[in-house]
Amino acid sequence: MTEPFLRIRNLSASFRGYLGDLSALDNVSFDVARGEFVCLIGPSGCGKSTLLRIAAGLLVPSRGEILLEGQALRSPQKRVGLVFQQPALLPWRTVRDNIALPLEMMKLSPADIQTQTADLLALVGLAGFEQEYPIHLSGGMAQRTALARALAQNPEVLLLDEPFGALDALTRERMAAELLHIWERDQRTVLMVTHSVEEAVLLADRVVVLSARPGHVVEIVEVTLPRPRSPALLTTPELQRLAGHLREALSGGNGDTSVS
Amino acid sequence: MTSHNARKSNGDYRQLPIRHLPFYLLSVGLALLVWQMGVQWIADAPRRFLLPMPGEVLARFIELATNGTLVQHAGVTLLEMGLGLLTGTTLAVLLGYGVAHSKLLAYLLEPVIVTSQAVPIVALAPLLTVWFGPKLASKVVVCALIVFFPILVNVVAGLKGIDPRLRDLFRMLEAPWHKVLLNLEIPAALPAFLAGLRVSGTLAGMGAVVGEFVASTQGLGYLVKQGQNLYDLPMMFVAIITLMVIALTVYGLLTLVERRARRWNVQDMTTADGEEPA
Repeated sequence: MTEPFLRIRNLSASFRGYLGDLSALDNVSFDVARGEFVCLIGPSGCGKSTLLRIAAGLLVPSRGEILLEGQALRSPQKRVGLVFQQPALLPWRTVRDNIALPLEMMKLSPADIQTQTADLLALVGLAGFEQEYPIHLSGGMAQRTALARALAQNPEVLLLDEPFGALDALTRERMAAELLHIWERDQRTVLMVTHSVEEAVLLADRVVVLSARPGHVVEIVEVTLPRPRSPALLTTPELQRLAGHLREALSGGNGDTSVS
Repeated sequence: MTSHNARKSNGDYRQLPIRHLPFYLLSVGLALLVWQMGVQWIADAPRRFLLPMPGEVLARFIELATNGTLVQHAGVTLLEMGLGLLTGTTLAVLLGYGVAHSKLLAYLLEPVIVTSQAVPIVALAPLLTVWFGPKLASKVVVCALIVFFPILVNVVAGLKGIDPRLRDLFRMLEAPWHKVLLNLEIPAALPAFLAGLRVSGTLAGMGAVVGEFVASTQGLGYLVKQGQNLYDLPMMFVAIITLMVIALTVYGLLTLVERRARRWNVQDMTTADGEEPA
């Protein structure tokens, strides 16, 4: 077998808390193939976000490592992009200039920046809003901007940390549909944390179920639904069956059935 | 809806100064009137020199303004303020950046800086005059010392208050330190810095006058002292009022700069909030 694209190997992480060390991740291992969409689900505090922060190079694991094409991710790098749960935009920059930030850092010419930002604005449905400041944006629009900014970096791996977690249900569903559309267009490797099982099944090729703290892999579920997919699938028995299965796996992992 | 049409509605700070100007003028005018009439009614002629009437002050003002005295002394004070502000601000910004970025520097400097604030600058001024001479330098140093602290505190607070996720973002973009400085730290800390500068700008006037009180041959503080020695109370009033006008102008200008720098923070209730583009 060849080296997998993204390899999470024996990953453990703990934090120093008031009551001694707090273990967040316990020996987590799984692989992600190039171009694969993998969702991570698990109860709150199971270390999903910690895993993403490690993959982003922002956090050093206490044991184990994450390898990208055989190379350990030990510091932040441009090959990996991250979208936080909160959009984290620069409030003094307009939508357009926020999206242009990674391009500016890459020292692209103003003309290239112009065309690329225009493409990205159109891609995330923000054409016409480029001159707005983040304070004027709704949650969904701000998160679109953050997504476009992460895409501008053109990362090989896109990490999404509950990107729709702060949005209302309707906006959330629409954003999921758009993400699906964007992913099916350029098939970028995505590792996404979510707490919605339906969202995970709709989007992912595989879903990794983590247990409660300290998180370990309970089960990895293959999502066999054909592509291209659309939110219309959400009501199909096929998807519901998989979602039900995931719920069971989650409750088996921690004895707590609430996952939202 | 875009953000360009609702600027007239409630909470638009940009209209405040203009809308309040007539009231401001009215209030100042009333105060002057009470002053004038109060002196006229209450004080008998021999004691009137203790509180000159607005008319006398105005006459002295015109006299000092036209013969160049006022311009010369105000110019000296403004120069002291400007140089002091420049020195103090530069020092505070550099040290603030250092303290915000280096724990070691913070541990080493913070106690010294905080303790130094317990020293009344007025008590220090004579010493500084001995050290730096009775000319410009000593006043600039007094100014710089007064100006330093509010800016340092604000710069450190501004830099430390930056959203850690924004710092993470720049780390992930592998941005070198100078790009982080230019694209994140300066714009993020600018409002706090300007707020500090606004406070310091008015303090600078105090620094200059304190320095001039100790030893000087020119400056508005010198005019006040001279007025005291000569019992020329109208001149004292002219100097004091000029100092007040300078402080208000500096404060006003810096407030304007601050608002311009925060254009992006204009709250506007009628924009796209809640509406998703199709």
